[in-house]
Amino acid sequence: MSEAAISGSGSTLADDWSADKQAYHVPWGKAMMWIFLVSDTFIFTCFLTSYLHVRLSTTEPWPVQSEIFALSFGGDPIPLILIAIMTFILITSSGTMALAVNFGYQRNKIKTFWFMVATAALGASFVGMQAFEWSKLIEEGVRPWTNPFGATQFGSVFFMITGFHGLHVTAGVIYLLTVAFKVKNGHYDKKGYEIVEIAGLYWHFVDLVWVFIFAFFYLL
Amino acid sequence: MSSEAGQQHPLGIYYKVWILLFVLSSFSYAVDFFNVQGGMRWGLVILFMLLKAGFIVSIFMHVIWERMALVLTILGPPVVLLLLIGLMSVEGFYISGTRYQYMGHDPDAVALTPADIHGGGGGGEAH
Repeated sequence: MSEAAISGSGSTLADDWSADKQAYHVPWGKAMMWIFLVSDTFIFTCFLTSYLHVRLSTTEPWPVQSEIFALSFGGDPIPLILIAIMTFILITSSGTMALAVNFGYQRNKIKTFWFMVATAALGASFVGMQAFEWSKLIEEGVRPWTNPFGATQFGSVFFMITGFHGLHVTAGVIYLLTVAFKVKNGHYDKKGYEIVEIAGLYWHFVDLVWVFIFAFFYLL
Repeated sequence: MSSEAGQQHPLGIYYKVWILLFVLSSFSYAVDFFNVQGGMRWGLVILFMLLKAGFIVSIFMHVIWERMALVLTILGPPVVLLLLIGLMSVEGFYISGTRYQYMGHDPDAVALTPADIHGGGGGGEAH
């Protein structure tokens, strides 16, 4: 597909849909991953929209996130510091994943393997910090049905949305490690390395969802 | 097969976007750190969020290099979600309005913080 550079122009749209032939000029696995990610977009948007709705409609005051998610390292509590660190970890892991995809297409198995392992390790540390944050809030008395700070819905939204996102990160870590070891063992030497890009799409999507959670749930 | 030509791009663009994501995240964290409030807070946080999301989708997920048939499949359906968001926000405002009006809740109530509950400290560190 050497004409890839000029794709994206509108003229190919009619060509791709106007005949009895393959519409998406990508490996089938990539098309399927994209369809899954679009459906996952709907799931997360439904969660965030229900959060919007309960937060608007409740008459109790919404808890102050920057105080609740503050963390003290000996001195005064720093607002949202753990969430900021988690955000930077996830962005870093997106970067290492992008490099892994690149090295995959260069057929550099060792570098691909190690960058995927690094991505998975960063993802695992993200889940670890999330577990710490959950236990801290549970200790504070936050439950899906109640919390000591304000609107009851805060707890259900928090556990539902961050829990579902954490589940995606956990699944991503397992997925990345599986693909990484298969890369190392030469499983894709004949098939080609699109699988690394497909796994990368999933991982970037998890980072993308966190961008929205970070903004809407923690900052606003 | 188009496979090996796939999505190969110079590493430079990835590094640039990577740095940009760090900078944008720092900006949105700074909005909270310096306690910007009101419309300014919403505007800035949503601006940085949309920029970050745009760079991740277009560069890291390669959407700007894909053919239009795939791009529209990816970006078309989620547009419907804007309608859902719009409807639910109208509905949410309406419900809270009727609750304040008929159920006698206090619109000026203030949420408690960990500091209120533990008497200073906060962040789970009870003093």
